Amino acid sequence: MELLGVGKKILLGNEAIARGALEADVDIATTYPGTPSSEIADSLSAVARYLKSIGEEPKFYFQYSVNEKVALEFAAASAVSGLRALTCMKHVGMNVASDAFMTYAYVGCKGGHVIVTADDPSCHSSQNEQDNRLYAKFASLPMLEPSSPQEAKDMTMEAFKLSEELELPVILRTTTRISHTRGVVECNEFEMSKKHGKFEKNGLMVTVPDVARKLHPILLEKMEKAERISEESKFNIIEDFGGEDGIITSGVSYNYVREAIDDLGIKCKLLKLGMSYPLPRKKIIDFMNGCRRILIVEELEPFLEEQIMAIAKEEGVNVIIYGKGYSSLSRCYEYTPDIVGKAMADFFGKEWNKKEMSINVAPRPPVLCPGCPHRATYYAVKQVSPPDTIYPTDIGCYTLGLLPPYKTADFLLCMGSSFGSACGFSHATKQKVIAFIGDSTFYHAGLPPLVNAVHHNHDFVAIILDNSTTAMTGHQPHPGSNVDGMGNEAMAMDMESVVRGLGVKHIEVVDPRNIEQTKEAVKRALEFKGLSVIISKAPCILLGRKKRERVTYEIDQDKCKKCKICITKFACPAFYFDEEDIKINESLCTGCGVCVQICPFNAIGRKSEGIK
Amino acid sequence: MKKSILIVGVGGQGVLTAANILAKSALKEGYNVITSELHGMAQRGGNVECAVRIGDVLSPIVADFSADAILSFEPLEALRNLKKVKEEGIVITDVNPIIPPLISLGMGSYMPVEEIFEKISSHCKLLKINADEIARKAGSLLAKNIVMLGAFSALNIFPIKEESILEVIRESFPERYVEVNIKAFEMGRESINEDMNESI
Repeated sequence: MELLGVGKKILLGNEAIARGALEADVDIATTYPGTPSSEIADSLSAVARYLKSIGEEPKFYFQYSVNEKVALEFAAASAVSGLRALTCMKHVGMNVASDAFMTYAYVGCKGGHVIVTADDPSCHSSQNEQDNRLYAKFASLPMLEPSSPQEAKDMTMEAFKLSEELELPVILRTTTRISHTRGVVECNEFEMSKKHGKFEKNGLMVTVPDVARKLHPILLEKMEKAERISEESKFNIIEDFGGEDGIITSGVSYNYVREAIDDLGIKCKLLKLGMSYPLPRKKIIDFMNGCRRILIVEELEPFLEEQIMAIAKEEGVNVIIYGKGYSSLSRCYEYTPDIVGKAMADFFGKEWNKKEMSINVAPRPPVLCPGCPHRATYYAVKQVSPPDTIYPTDIGCYTLGLLPPYKTADFLLCMGSSFGSACGFSHATKQKVIAFIGDSTFYHAGLPPLVNAVHHNHDFVAIILDNSTTAMTGHQPHPGSNVDGMGNEAMAMDMESVVRGLGVKHIEVVDPRNIEQTKEAVKRALEFKGLSVIISKAPCILLGRKKRERVTYEIDQDKCKKCKICITKFACPAFYFDEEDIKINESLCTGCGVCVQICPFNAIGRKSEGIK
Repeated sequence: MKKSILIVGVGGQGVLTAANILAKSALKEGYNVITSELHGMAQRGGNVECAVRIGDVLSPIVADFSADAILSFEPLEALRNLKKVKEEGIVITDVNPIIPPLISLGMGSYMPVEEIFEKISSHCKLLKINADEIARKAGSLLAKNIVMLGAFSALNIFPIKEESILEVIRESFPERYVEVNIKAFEMGRESINEDMNESI
């Protein structure tokens, strides 16, 4: 297995973090999957399953937890019991975990605990682009920020040591362009050992007010020690390319700065902050004292800038500091070589002569896959719902119901907000409300708002899109699966029993690939006064696709009356216009056969020979 | 030495697989290599782009007007990313359009391919390949990405030997798919004739 090999390997930033954890002899790893963090945990899951397949018992335990908060609590319990733990999540996952996280900082840990937050500047795959470096400051916890896959591995290993030295969990903060960059990573020999934790009671781990008041100053003391470590950290590096001006940077921006220095022939001093919280105050003062002007290059919030400004002011350092708002440096979106290059050219008085080229081409946004069962559910729902129906939606592939022609997504905040907001919409308006949530999201954050809806008898239709997997993030198992992340047999929750157990009176389970049956179920649910739940159950089309026999469908051009329902209402991406004729792209068709039911002229049929 | 290319296409066409094979081949020959990709929401049937950079490179993103080549699996995607390639660079693209579903719904229109090719040629060199046809002949439409990789390798834009790529192809696919992919690679290479290579 590639990830277990030794020597130079090409690894994804996320794989490098997993490899670092393995080399650091991690005992416990937990996660709730979320782009761009998912492959860290997926790699560990793959390693565990691989080891089992060759008859070896993995020396670590890995879990896809029900949500980020539980993932953090599980790992925290392990770390206070002396084990090494890794918890990975996407940036917004930290919001879910934050209740535990903020107080965990007070309690601290014994075994090293690395908490990875993978941020997503530019919202490539997220509902916001919050800068989680602020969590380090918010909670008072140390943080490391890698700039490359190699550093991602090195810092993961260092973070375990740092965590043990400080008895504090340590944040490893990546961004999409680190997590999803592949680069050359040196993989060393390592050995893992099976360990058991021992929980020793000390009276300072039950955070009642009296204990919390004692713990807060202890945390601040630990962070003073962390600052001393930061002063000496091998990840806080000064590079001297001559000149009188300085650049301070961190994370992926470092790469853009370095290439701009080469490409534009810039003379400057460069401070790269790999341990970006707490900041190495003395090192920064010394650096600033050697500079006339400073440019701070960091994505998103002015996290370094505000602290460095404060340090300069407090210490009376006479230097002009530029950052957010200077030239092309914005608080929005990820940086690129061009954004950073332009700002550096302006700062150092170099010519920036890239011409503009505007290319206007049709967008190609992501869409539901051909054969996706969500399409069938949305099609059926739209056929029978009043036009002003409100569709609160949730986080997953099915959020793509936003796009025409379905337009079955009207409101979304975060994981679980479909049912929570549906409670509100059904009370605040006289419109019908149909809320959608995926199966994994339902277990993650959909249970409490459903309890709320049952208890207060809110009147809406809750549709759980159960495709048997956590599809968007790469098909991870969830509590409805019968195998867990270790490849062990797991207790699969029976969704219908769960919903019934909460006291829902009107429940139907449908297979959305049967359009008529689904339409009837939605009609009955809309007529029902009070909360009704429909479990729309069909596996994600991407599951088991390699094993399936390949069948495709085609349109009988003699029967086709060009009503275009297949394109304008059903909108499977496999359909396309060839001049006036409607055809099915054989390389995209998955053979789900749902389109056969929606064609009023029976013009769609199975293609006799399959394609290769 | 710094060499950068952008591999682009539509989700499902094997852009990331092609990039990975190229990156591993580069490492085999001892080059530093970086690739960047996007996953998750950004992937489902949408446009996909992946940079592959070798040599003295740090940034995972290719700056505008700096790629040595764009290897595109679909014409519109070549044009979408045109700004990334140098004027002295080259766009190598497949000729078979995949119409975005929103266009079929009557939203926007797909630029005529001849116009797409014209726009590209007005900026840099253009090389068109019917990779669908070659892939079918090689035995599977799904090997289109490897056909494109073969064509790219024949142009010697990256100093990577054919043998290294073939070795990685052998290591990358399950045994039953190796032969068709090797055939696709070779046929992709053969589609670039000697004259073409010299003129580029």
